[in-house]
Amino acid sequence: MSEVIATLKKDYIYNLMIKGKRQDGRGFKDFRDMKLETNVIVKAEGSAKVTLGETQVLVGVKLQTGTPFPDSQDEGVIITNLELNPIASPDFEPGPPKEEAIEMARVVDRGIRESGSIDVKKLCITLGESVWIVFIDVHILNDNGNLIDASCLAAIAALMTTVVPNEQQGIGPNAPLAMKEIPVGITLAKIGSKLMVDPSLDEEKVCETKLTIVSSSDGSVAGMQKMGSGTFTEAEILDAIDIAREKAAELRELHLEGLVKQE
Amino acid sequence: MSSMSDKPEKLITDDGLRLDGRRADEIRPMKIEIGVLSRADGSCYLEWGKNKVLVGVFGPREVHPRRTQRADTAVIRYKYNMASFSVEDRARPGPSRRSIEISKVSREAFEPVIMSELFPKTAIDIFVEVLQADAGTRTAAINASSVALADAGIPMKGLITSCAFGKVDGQIVLDLNKEEDNYGEADFPVAMTQDGEITLLQMDGHLTPEEINKGLELVRKGCKEILEIQQAVLRKKFETPVEETAEEASETEDIENKVVETEASFEYSPEAAAIEDSLEGAEELEGAEELEEELTEESSETSAVTEETPEYEELEEIIKEAEAVVEEDSLEEAIEQEIEEEEGEEALEEEAEFEASFEAAPEPEEFEKLEPGKEESVSGEEEEEKEEEEVMSESQDSAGEEIQLEEETGIEEVASEETIEPEQEIESKAITGKEVPAEEIVKTEEKPEEERCEGPWKVVKDPSESGSRGENE
Repeated sequence: MSEVIATLKKDYIYNLMIKGKRQDGRGFKDFRDMKLETNVIVKAEGSAKVTLGETQVLVGVKLQTGTPFPDSQDEGVIITNLELNPIASPDFEPGPPKEEAIEMARVVDRGIRESGSIDVKKLCITLGESVWIVFIDVHILNDNGNLIDASCLAAIAALMTTVVPNEQQGIGPNAPLAMKEIPVGITLAKIGSKLMVDPSLDEEKVCETKLTIVSSSDGSVAGMQKMGSGTFTEAEILDAIDIAREKAAELRELHLEGLVKQE
Repeated sequence: MSSMSDKPEKLITDDGLRLDGRRADEIRPMKIEIGVLSRADGSCYLEWGKNKVLVGVFGPREVHPRRTQRADTAVIRYKYNMASFSVEDRARPGPSRRSIEISKVSREAFEPVIMSELFPKTAIDIFVEVLQADAGTRTAAINASSVALADAGIPMKGLITSCAFGKVDGQIVLDLNKEEDNYGEADFPVAMTQDGEITLLQMDGHLTPEEINKGLELVRKGCKEILEIQQAVLRKKFETPVEETAEEASETEDIENKVVETEASFEYSPEAAAIEDSLEGAEELEGAEELEEELTEESSETSAVTEETPEYEELEEIIKEAEAVVEEDSLEEAIEQEIEEEEGEEALEEEAEFEASFEAAPEPEEFEKLEPGKEESVSGEEEEEKEEEEVMSESQDSAGEEIQLEEETGIEEVASEETIEPEQEIESKAITGKEVPAEEIVKTEEKPEEERCEGPWKVVKDPSESGSRGENE
């Protein structure tokens, strides 16, 4: 059903694009109103809720001890999970995660992992035997577009406010999770010849394709993923990278820097 | 990228060579074999460095489960699977999160070029088996799939080519091998069309925008080289008999000769059949044997004394009418008229419409000029119409088919009188859109010279032209 509506809206959105406008009056590089709350779930070691327009995403971080991977015996383990819960959209169905959910989870995970944001060496308890496993569980509560950016932001915010429960294991006092980097994911939708930041649900449905770019505070790129069946030119990709870095820096400064765990 | 303790001290030597002796801008040696699986509609085996990948393409075929079918287009399904023995530590069989993601992005890499709108309610399945993995399997699989799709005769706007770049010891290099992938600082797989439009893009690691810019340049070079390998393999399979066909064509102008060829034409090779299939709709193949008989009878009759068949006269009229109006640039009107006049024989009319539109095509040179811009809008639409119509007419009784066939032969005759090239031109263009597949399919049509793959409606064209057409686009 929503696909039919999206098709009908396609002309409308394209015509607006030609005039340099968007459905909700934003500029091409504007985000919707964003709200970030941390420590929303006291039972989790770290948590954050992001509201992006009407999109709502909740991330909880849990830590458990376990054995390290044989090829990285002195490193903690990061496991990211994302589910498109049926509560979030009439389009989502119960059941095991489908390819969209898996892809999103892996893109969020890639940003966190490849940027080196978590100091995994500090998660080693006993070399080769016991390490902390960081479970990042992304819960989509309401899907109104751009779940990826909301998830990336919520995940990193939750991690930044995570406390490692050392006391529980009898290995010293609780301590904040050691973080080295703040990656921010920015998604751009290609509609006609234009790139639009933070696509709404309608824009996502009618766009040709999307590109998510996760960048670090030094302006370098840690992860990228093209999603959707259209094409990009090389120039568009370089353009998108510039926009994404700029927007990521804004979000980082506005929402993330200065985040600390309030016990 | 993980860093293990047994990391080599240097991945790139001081004289700029990598561990396997390549320079930064060189890809690993690639070997492609085509048509390696007899049960698949198209297949390809590809070796790239130590990677070994096998791809089978099936379809367009019925969709199961039914609810996943689309009324307006074919669904493309891409399944990337790693053999458990393809990697150092045994991989657990079955889909992993990684393989699901790769399947998704790879499918999306092909969606822009596969002309799935030509086959509504069908599925096109691409199955990838990674037999041996050594970094870059998704790009290897995409390169192989591209060839397998062409082998299956799936209409595509062009080939897809894929290659990765990465960062190793701080340097941007093309096509990472396993060690470079393990110990490198970034991996950036890309797939692109022949025009350089990017259809797959993933990245992980640490890269500056400048490095990405440089890497994309390298990838473009790598993809160009791979494209040449893909094209060479396809040419080798589909091109060889072209000259023979053309030679024979110049010798045998006589239509009756062509009819004889036609007779044998339904026994041609499966890959030609697949392409033929996509061109003419499934009906031809299903009723191949009956048709063969009918066709031979009818067309030999036709060529002898055309005027004797009453239906034939009718058709002649239709065609002439169409031609006449075409000169006034209002083909559609003429066709509408026809349809009004003879509502009973819908399939026939539509066929006439389609064929007549070929008739309406300008002279060869003119047509070539038109192609780049107008090609898609003109023949693309009509091709769609034709496809639809032929799917519909699949269930027609044999009488209808007979008439259609007759007509085809009839029109062919008219065509052979004046504008021969445009028809063939359009036929091959229409199915493939443009560029190389067009070439391949032209080749394929003409290919099985030994097997005699020539229909009466296919006029053998000038050899000099056939050589240059693909490349020029």
